[in-house]
Amino acid sequence: MPATEMLPSSTPTTKRRPDHEGPLLEVEDLAVEFRTRDGVVHAVDGVSYHVDAGETLAILGESGSGKSVGAQAVMGLIDSPPGHITRGSIRYRGKDLLGLDEGARQRVRGRDIAMVFQDALSSLNPVFTVGDQIAEMYRVHEGASRADARRRAIDMMDRVHIPAATSRFDDYPHQFSGGMRQRIMIAMALSLGPDVLIADEPTTALDVTVQAQIMDLLAELQRESTMALVLITHDLGVVADVADRIAVMYAGRIVEHGPVIELYERPAHPYTQGLIDSIPRMDDDREELVPIAGAPPNLMKVPSGCSFHPRCPIARDECATDEPPLYAVWSGRESACHFWEEVVSSHD
Amino acid sequence: MSDKTRSRPDTRDVEPRGAARDQTGATGAAADPSGGEAAGELSGRSASLWADAWRELRHDKIFLVAAAVVTVFVVMAAFPVVFTRTNPRSCDLSRSLGRPSSENWFGYDLLGCDYYAQVVHGARVSIVIGILVTVIAVAIALVLGSLSGYYGGITDSIIARFTDVVFGLPFILGAIVILTVFENRGLFQVTLVLAVLGWTTMTRLMRSSVISVRDSDYVLAARALGTSDFRILTRHILPNAIAPVVVYATIYVGIVIAAEATLSFLGVGLQLPAISWGLMISDAQYRIAEAPHLLLFPGMFLSLTVLSFILMGDALRDALDPKLR
Repeated sequence: MPATEMLPSSTPTTKRRPDHEGPLLEVEDLAVEFRTRDGVVHAVDGVSYHVDAGETLAILGESGSGKSVGAQAVMGLIDSPPGHITRGSIRYRGKDLLGLDEGARQRVRGRDIAMVFQDALSSLNPVFTVGDQIAEMYRVHEGASRADARRRAIDMMDRVHIPAATSRFDDYPHQFSGGMRQRIMIAMALSLGPDVLIADEPTTALDVTVQAQIMDLLAELQRESTMALVLITHDLGVVADVADRIAVMYAGRIVEHGPVIELYERPAHPYTQGLIDSIPRMDDDREELVPIAGAPPNLMKVPSGCSFHPRCPIARDECATDEPPLYAVWSGRESACHFWEEVVSSHD
Repeated sequence: MSDKTRSRPDTRDVEPRGAARDQTGATGAAADPSGGEAAGELSGRSASLWADAWRELRHDKIFLVAAAVVTVFVVMAAFPVVFTRTNPRSCDLSRSLGRPSSENWFGYDLLGCDYYAQVVHGARVSIVIGILVTVIAVAIALVLGSLSGYYGGITDSIIARFTDVVFGLPFILGAIVILTVFENRGLFQVTLVLAVLGWTTMTRLMRSSVISVRDSDYVLAARALGTSDFRILTRHILPNAIAPVVVYATIYVGIVIAAEATLSFLGVGLQLPAISWGLMISDAQYRIAEAPHLLLFPGMFLSLTVLSFILMGDALRDALDPKLR
């Protein structure tokens, strides 16, 4: 476990807990559906993943692949109705979060598992100063005094590299740029020293240069602590540098999972292959990018068999009828493709 | 199509991590994270909504005049002695229906009481009822509207249907019917009846405002960081949802003052010997020809008060609506 090599945390709030067997956060066979007037949307359908302390797991997928819904289910933020978690378990330090009542779930949020969202512009309350909003975390959750909360909030703003944190404490969110607002959100999310941070498309709303700065910041903050990071994104380029492992989602399922370098170099699922073919690269000599044919499926009518088969370049007849399990490609690599061997060997 | 997948000659040469690192490396050179980010751009609903509104209002002449008039009437209600030292009940029948004159601008009423003192003392009832009813109605609206909008579902159905039922009762007619039941009608009874009938519009307003704020990202973000329902309601939803209610409440003070005068005029509001503009207007109606000043002065004060509150509310609405800027 890389956790042992980590530098000691500079967060005063880091908690020491007795170790337990198994991963820090483990999601198993999670299924979330939304029952709407028009039908049932199977947003997440049997997703399993785990993440350990100090590790970064990227969950990669297109819009509507269920990656955000899965994260919101972990946080307990699915509104019910219309959302329902129909099966599976979400274990944090071995404890199933789905069995907890709302009060206990609320205590997990922020302290143990925190989340930052895509659009930091709208994720901050417009009527309070940013410092106030960070300090509130300490005042509400830890009963800190006003002065103490202010001091710690300024520390936190320093940690996320807000220039002149002391003087910017009393500024309102609209006085900050997009990247700075995302830093504030990250500061709020990390204020209580959570063990797991879920970042849902943290850089999507930002320009490219700022995106890289935010990713660097997340990586840096993670190095300072033993925090596990679950990075949800649709952007292969964003995750390449920071992720240890990638889980690729398609139509509510994980279709491929593996260490980041292997997955980039030798994708074992035609969908992952398609994603890699469709992004531009610095060392590229291709004339044109190759998009994935077709459109993502309607989650009310997920195709039978392998849900990717209507768009798959190597689909056979059985793909339309037999749902592929997650085949173990080799240790730590999985692919939900009947013909993963063919896909992998195409790289040799 | 399938040969594309199999024959990718460049696969092994590609180094995605390296490629991505180039990208981050180039931008990471701009070490100061504030470098490329300009601070202080505009946002749709700005943080300093109230500060912006105040800046706007300070230069709004209509608002300033209306606010000044309201202030005068509020002072008049609280400290009538500032305006007159004459006791409104010290009357001299020999001065009955005395016309306005240079030494007494407002004249005398039927009983020979100083009419200026009467009108000044009449402000108290109007302002107290106007503000009290509005405060009660706003309190009800904030609680019911927030619960109904935030929780939705069955809570919302019950509150919304109940609100609709009360909303269906006509304001003045309902007040007349209920007030005739009371034998003694004083400030308390009139306030109670107007408050009971008058909270519905603001509740509906609050509910819809809460619904629009409830689904905002900052509420979701607050939930994701473990904020309790109570704090979400009081800190995130209320401050962001209250603006339309504040606007309507300001206008509503004027509406209530007019309603009180109407009820008193119709004989179902306050009863003599209370001093109220409505009662004065009611008394004046039979002597319009011989003593028009009896109608003129309380009518003028009443209209001015109602108008000022409504203009204030209008100005506030314009100031709080960024689209009108």
